[in-house]
Amino acid sequence: MSADTPTLLDRQFLTMRAKLLELAADWDRLERGGELAGNDSRLEQLRDAVRVLLEESRPRAEKVQTIFSRRYDPSWRSAMNI
Amino acid sequence: MDYIDPHIHMVSRITDDYETLARMGCVAISEPAFWAGFDRGSVDGFRDYFRQLTQVEPRRAAQYGIAHFTWLCINAKEAENVTLSREVIAMIPEFLDAPNVLGIGEIGLNKNTKNEATVFLEHLELAVTHRQSVLIHTPHLEDKYQGTRMILDMLCDDSRIDRGRVLVDHVEEHTIGPVLDAGFWAGMTLYPVTKCTPARAADMVEQFGSERLMVNSAGDWGPSKPTAVPDFIFEMRSRGHSESLIRKIVYENPLEFFRQSEHFDWQPRA
Repeated sequence: MSADTPTLLDRQFLTMRAKLLELAADWDRLERGGELAGNDSRLEQLRDAVRVLLEESRPRAEKVQTIFSRRYDPSWRSAMNI
Repeated sequence: MDYIDPHIHMVSRITDDYETLARMGCVAISEPAFWAGFDRGSVDGFRDYFRQLTQVEPRRAAQYGIAHFTWLCINAKEAENVTLSREVIAMIPEFLDAPNVLGIGEIGLNKNTKNEATVFLEHLELAVTHRQSVLIHTPHLEDKYQGTRMILDMLCDDSRIDRGRVLVDHVEEHTIGPVLDAGFWAGMTLYPVTKCTPARAADMVEQFGSERLMVNSAGDWGPSKPTAVPDFIFEMRSRGHSESLIRKIVYENPLEFFRQSEHFDWQPRA
């Protein structure tokens, strides 16, 4: 089984810190590039994904995946006539 | 540890990679037919490709003690051309008796279009008619969830499909549950940026267990790492998982799945 939380935190703290710094620097770089023409839904997806990280409930990875996914319509076969 | 990579595109790799795989413990691989980076113009282009998969690559792999198996189809990207797809599907039976062919694959969806779905269903018909196992490609990025659910719909609507003989590949956190719940095998592809990392694959093993689950490298012409399965083994060991659990995922599960194919008579080394 995987290690307990204190052990995992010891092992992963610096990696997680580095990933957050990368993301923060990415965002600063985007802002330095100036305003986007019109609304770009990708930025909102990124913001929604970061909000999920701060939630207190799992599964965060699955929720982030869903944010970046197209909607599934169960009636797709009739829509496509297949 | 001996391991099997159930999804790796060796036509895209140099011979040195075979040697590296052998040194890392790879004893067998399976190579699904896929997109070559450009759309082929004729059925003869695919006929030559299938000769490469059934004749050339097995010889190249054998030089390094690796058993090479393969799957045949026209991939989802080129399936947008339905006329060419039907010509390729009609030609595939010429190769189904080759000794390293395990089944039909990697069929699936790319942009989840009507043409792709049509060709996917015609591939399924071919597999059922010839009693072949099936290896399935699921779309990338924003198309993955929708496409995976469409694929599951088509599979589950056909009562002739033996779910134990179908591997749905490239699953991630949002698609692994529906695939396993429906009774299919699931493959996690370790691939930079667009698919899954060894750490996330290990997370999914911890959450979903090891039944009907495999890992692969894809190892194609894009940015990819043919030794990604050993990276997964290393990740699992670093977390303290048992050798028996790791071996089940990287060796015994592929072996169990492959053994359902008529031509798979490979014997593990003593």
